[in-house]
Amino acid sequence: MALLDYVTTILPQMMIGLGTTLEMYFASLILVLPLGVIFAILKLMGPKPVRWILNVYTWAWRGTPLLLQLFIVIYGFPVIGINLPKFLAAAGVFCLNMSAYVTEIMRAAIGSVDKGQYEACKVLGMSYPQTMLRVIIPQSFRIALPPTCNEAINLIKDTALVSVINLMDVTRTAVIIANRDFRIVSYIIAFIIFLLLTSFMVKVFAYLEKKATAYD
Amino acid sequence: MELTKTKNDREVMIRMINIHKSFGDVHVLEGVNLNVYRGEVIAVIGPSGSGKSTLLRCINKLELINEGAIEIEGTIIESVNMPDYPVASNQQVKASLGKTGMVFQNFNLFPHMTALQNVIEAPIHVKKIKKEEAIALGKRQLDRVGLSDKYDAYPSKLSGGQKQRVAIARALAMSPDVILFDEPTSALDPELIGEVLDVIKKLAEERMTMIVVTHEMSFAKEISDRVIFMDNRNIVADSPPDEFFNNQEHPRIKAFLEKMLSNKN
Repeated sequence: MALLDYVTTILPQMMIGLGTTLEMYFASLILVLPLGVIFAILKLMGPKPVRWILNVYTWAWRGTPLLLQLFIVIYGFPVIGINLPKFLAAAGVFCLNMSAYVTEIMRAAIGSVDKGQYEACKVLGMSYPQTMLRVIIPQSFRIALPPTCNEAINLIKDTALVSVINLMDVTRTAVIIANRDFRIVSYIIAFIIFLLLTSFMVKVFAYLEKKATAYD
Repeated sequence: MELTKTKNDREVMIRMINIHKSFGDVHVLEGVNLNVYRGEVIAVIGPSGSGKSTLLRCINKLELINEGAIEIEGTIIESVNMPDYPVASNQQVKASLGKTGMVFQNFNLFPHMTALQNVIEAPIHVKKIKKEEAIALGKRQLDRVGLSDKYDAYPSKLSGGQKQRVAIARALAMSPDVILFDEPTSALDPELIGEVLDVIKKLAEERMTMIVVTHEMSFAKEISDRVIFMDNRNIVADSPPDEFFNNQEHPRIKAFLEKMLSNKN
């Protein structure tokens, strides 16, 4: 069957693209959660200059297009003498972009914990760091998980942006194959690959949510 | 002020002197004076908005006063515009506050911790008691409130009455000298009120010093040594329950009691 033959010939190339997408995704994601949590805590209880810097950070990174951020780091930084490996630079941009969102998600989640919890800690003599680390932040995780899941899924799709800086990810590979062969099969394969990836991440977060709400 | 009337021979545990408290423009307490003696159970009653909860929350500095002084076991923990009452050192204030426990209307249990973890959290992390000792202590306190079978239950799996008993055990685990109860049964279904009141009653029998803000008149009547009636930002009556409930002359209080009793039916 011609179609099946065609798919088997282009699949290995697509898989190489998938490898790049996955590397980019996990390289970006791995630091997002710790950074988001640390930034949120610092934003709430850090020293004033730190809070100010973090405010500027979330403001700027959430307020500009990811594609523009990518261009600035990849093509702009070399102009001022900063040369980063392309892959690392792109992963850094994705990581800082998503971290800005997760910081705000965590900050809001921490803010939504009932004030009675703080009072309970206070009357038990707990210090502010103890209150935050042992009582407030663990509860805020469960509030923050669903929106963080959304961000994690968005990040998978955002990695497709690396195709414009000539990294051979799934999307870029699909485009090249489609142009070369005048067939759209590679697009359909890319479509399915992304659906599988995002479905997998949804499952991972569903599991985490179940863990985080075990006490409900 | 007739603060220390017949009770000069007993140890004053909490002394509130000329307490003023306002939230913005709204005055909630206006020159309240109150002495609480060791081993005493005080029921604080009165209409909503009369300042009962605020009075209670001032004692452990959940609310900061605008004027007045508060003394716990001889240590002045807060003093505003009262030069004769200098505040003790931070360390002493902290130690004295540590001698107060509190039970809230909405329990405020830590939902991500089991009943036992709730009870041992502060002993381990505040008092720095060893974990094994804290667990033994926590179990003892949960036994004391009749929850021997709920050590590992999360608050979400407990009834309101059980939650409030865990909250009482949590307060007891810090071995307080006084426990402040802020409407401990107001959030409970009627059929669950009894089990919480029974625990408080048991503590009263053990001569635990307690201040209970409550709407349960029969409970106030039964267990308190003194009933304090608050109205219009101050204490308007302070008398033993017999006198308070049976020989009430004050028209405002009479009207309040009649209303409370008719609500019951």
